[in-house]
Amino acid sequence: MHDETVLVAARNIGKTWGPECEECRVRTGPEQGTNICPRCGTVVALRDISFELHEGEILGLVGESGSGKSTLVQCIYFDLDATDGRLFFRGCEDGENVMELPRIQKRRIRGRLMGMVYQNPLCGLRMDITSGANVAEKLLEADVFHFARIRARAGELLASTEIPAAYMDAFPRVLSGGMQQRIQIAKALANNPPLVLLDEVTSGLDVSVQARVLDLIRELQRERGMSMIVVSHDMGVIRLLADRTLVLKNGCVVERGLTDQILEDPQHPYSQLLVHSTL
Amino acid sequence: MTLQDLLPARGFQYNFAFIDEGAKREVRRALLKAVALPGHQVPFASPELPIARGWGTGGLQVTMSLIGPNDVLKIIDQGCDGSVNAVNLRKLLVATTGVRTTFDSREATLMQSRHRLPEIPMTEGQIAVLQVPLPEPLRLVEPSEVETRRMHAEGDYARMWVSLYEDVVQNGSVSLSWGYPCRVNDSYIMSPSPLPRWDLHMLHQAEHLTLLGAGREKRVYAVPPHTSVRPLEFDDLPFTVENFAGLSCVRCGSTDTFLDEIYDEETGKSFRVCSDSGYCDLVREGKIRVRSAAHA
Amino acid sequence: MIRCVALSKTFLMHMRGGTRIDAFRDVSFAVEKGQFLGVSGPSGSGKSSLLKCLYRTYLPSSGEVWYTDGRSETRNLAAADEHLIMKLRRHEIGYVSQFFPVIPRVSAVDTIANGMVARGFPRPESEKRARELLGRLAIPRPLWDMFPSTFSGGEKQRINIIHAVIAQPRLLFLDEPTASLDAASAREAVSLILELKAQGTAMIGVFHDKELLSRLSDQIIEMKS
Repeated sequence: MHDETVLVAARNIGKTWGPECEECRVRTGPEQGTNICPRCGTVVALRDISFELHEGEILGLVGESGSGKSTLVQCIYFDLDATDGRLFFRGCEDGENVMELPRIQKRRIRGRLMGMVYQNPLCGLRMDITSGANVAEKLLEADVFHFARIRARAGELLASTEIPAAYMDAFPRVLSGGMQQRIQIAKALANNPPLVLLDEVTSGLDVSVQARVLDLIRELQRERGMSMIVVSHDMGVIRLLADRTLVLKNGCVVERGLTDQILEDPQHPYSQLLVHSTL
Repeated sequence: MTLQDLLPARGFQYNFAFIDEGAKREVRRALLKAVALPGHQVPFASPELPIARGWGTGGLQVTMSLIGPNDVLKIIDQGCDGSVNAVNLRKLLVATTGVRTTFDSREATLMQSRHRLPEIPMTEGQIAVLQVPLPEPLRLVEPSEVETRRMHAEGDYARMWVSLYEDVVQNGSVSLSWGYPCRVNDSYIMSPSPLPRWDLHMLHQAEHLTLLGAGREKRVYAVPPHTSVRPLEFDDLPFTVENFAGLSCVRCGSTDTFLDEIYDEETGKSFRVCSDSGYCDLVREGKIRVRSAAHA
Repeated sequence: MIRCVALSKTFLMHMRGGTRIDAFRDVSFAVEKGQFLGVSGPSGSGKSSLLKCLYRTYLPSSGEVWYTDGRSETRNLAAADEHLIMKLRRHEIGYVSQFFPVIPRVSAVDTIANGMVARGFPRPESEKRARELLGRLAIPRPLWDMFPSTFSGGEKQRINIIHAVIAQPRLLFLDEPTASLDAASAREAVSLILELKAQGTAMIGVFHDKELLSRLSDQIIEMKS
């Protein structure tokens, strides 16, 4: 259900790699068509990203390589430390900027409030432990130390992502790409987080497998009502999942709006290019 | 000129307890820090010793840094004062300090050990120094030192728990026999060195101080008195110790001690003796009564 | 309920060196509860674009769309926050077009029932109602549990209509909803629409069939090329 409440707010998030100089800002960005400052070589991966995500809403992030969409999600998930900006979670730290918190607290917030599914299962799963153990890890991070309960919950989650029970004690590397993605999804949902981040989760999968994974995501979101941020370069995925969409180019948001509006009446030249390039 | 002329007049004089006072001081500094942060591994640089790394140098340096002329020293290996390593370490320390030694754990002020704590609980004023081969409990799940330090700093122990989960899934219970990871002071997870599960309860809320030294890995850590030490266990799978039900020591008859199994090649039979040889002797000599209560 | 003031839409195509295309200019009207506004005009006069602007699939270039919601609050949809539009679309404003809303791999029953469930109705009731309406619009029983993407044009169209109508929106936009229907189905669809109208739903619709349009409409606006 959509709600008026804002779950996550991002203000002016920026991420740069490099020494930075006075010219970085003016010589990089969508108009300049580059992320790299010609003067000092600093990569401006993200600049001034602001948005609000409401409870139960799905936000799409589209853009091509270098747009910064994956970087943004990694900053939100604390995989990367943003260089600038503030991030707020409802019900967290009395409305303080979570990006300033010590790592030990960030880790707790991440475990409690967020789930993440990476494009490459190698990033989100550990291949040297069983699929059940992968899900169990998320539960253990949230201080669930009851073995039977962990086992039951992991089994439940894997079942809800249509992984056969026999594979609970199998290692991810013997399973197909689609199944590995579904284990990631099960793991991401383990602690019923209000926010799930999906980074190109179906790229690289066979189309029929993609379809199943997307349907699963849609169905789980519909049942559980969590908010999502979906990164994709595939407009079809965005159309299927996202209520609203941000279009990113060279680290900046060039357009934002309702997904159907972005797809049918894009305003910004780059959005038009993207939409009309879709087969 | 002969070799004789080149040698010093009175022969080489070792410093008291072999290592120099400056080194002892630095080790003591590290130990103070370790005591202030129960379970936290404090790095230290260990000086050269006449014993090779991997043979107890960590424990040895701790003992050398703390020992004074009035100390009473006990050294055991596998619970026995008479084992080869214990004998060698004791010889070295006696030669360089001249302190009194004992096999009776009640008399010792400093007790160095590999693998066991004495059956008679140690008291206030006694210090246990444990030799540790692998101080890092997380090495089981993570090869990188940088990463394990981060994990400790952030209290990120999920992967340790995951390995216990996998153990239970595969074996029905946690199958670690020694070095069972423990949570100290509800904070750091530490490896209790090669102590068997049987001994772990003696670290918990103890009256004595326990210091642990790893020479090869160059770390010391500590469990101060009256500190909680809890083996990691799932809420629904309580921690258990070794089971010696129906077995007893052939020398002293105890049914409530940690027993070693000895195999007699000639008769082809195996029998049990107390691992804590000092305790076993005291019982046989009638100096203490056998406890009747079952252990732990 | 909805009052449109001097609404205009011009497309700016950057890729063609900034070509401007006017969809429509200066459209104004007002529609009350239970009223039907018909939109008529030649091909290319911007009828569909008008509906899309009202629904916010297109961003109006100028003008206002004043909508009074179920709580009697009036807001300009043309400038409203996206979250408000999302909320209204979910609870109050519906849209039927010739193009099927893209949710592949969900059965016909579920597609329809989900719309009702999203508005807070219990699932068993929603499914029951969905089946009723599927039957009424003569969708063959075996198709009810199949994916609409495999249906014929006419069948898809009927699913569309049921989907839009089932949760009783306060305002409904209709863009050629009966275009690919045979006479019998079209009649049934129209009667559904009229029922909804009688319950107080305001409607704005485009029908190529002039006779049908004048029969349904309380007022008609003419779009010029």
